[in-house]
Amino acid sequence: MKIKTKPYGELEVNEKQKIHFPDGLFGFEEVKQYFLLDSEEGPFYWLQSAEHPELAFVLIDPRVFKNNYTLSVGDDDYRAIDARKGEVIDFAIVTVPEDPEKISANLMGPIIINRKSRKARQAISENDEYTVKHYIMEEMKGRKEDLVETA
Amino acid sequence: MLVLTRKPNESIMIGDDVEVSVVEVKGDQVKLGITAPKSIKVHRKEIFLAIQKENIDASRPVIDRIGEIGGIFKKRK
Repeated sequence: MKIKTKPYGELEVNEKQKIHFPDGLFGFEEVKQYFLLDSEEGPFYWLQSAEHPELAFVLIDPRVFKNNYTLSVGDDDYRAIDARKGEVIDFAIVTVPEDPEKISANLMGPIIINRKSRKARQAISENDEYTVKHYIMEEMKGRKEDLVETA
Repeated sequence: MLVLTRKPNESIMIGDDVEVSVVEVKGDQVKLGITAPKSIKVHRKEIFLAIQKENIDASRPVIDRIGEIGGIFKKRK
């Protein structure tokens, strides 16, 4: 089927890309249907609203920029999407401002998706070290130094 | 808004299964204990607000910048 998307205009998608958020996202509780799109740009994905072409979020797998990232969300969050640990894929929502150095990922409110049913939820991290703003470029630099040190 | 006065070790019930008790009062800090079923999420309000605000900011990505940072990732690979 074809849908209208924010980043790529009209796009062919299939049912398997459909993601259902029964409770929506914080601040967007009424928007429940999304499509998960691959991005043409690097390690990103798009979470495109099915009903609102202008509404789309950028997602990233935090492991791409953060060493030792561990998803840490409560049992009730897993239960809400009928999944157990290990049955989900997870992402962080990315904020993309004018200054590319300031592109950040929200690790406090991770997105978890049931791999089978594609029921999804924005959870709240149980790890206090994870905040709403992890600057990706900065963390990448730290990571590079880590790599040099261990090499 | 209902306003109740409580002393340390006293509590209030919300419905049948949520209990909020005053554990300690020290200066301008109040320590609360909350007993609630697992299905009820208890979080500090500022966490909710922080995630909500970040989502709103994230809902307006500057699309041109994504290409730039995407390029950096490719170079590093």
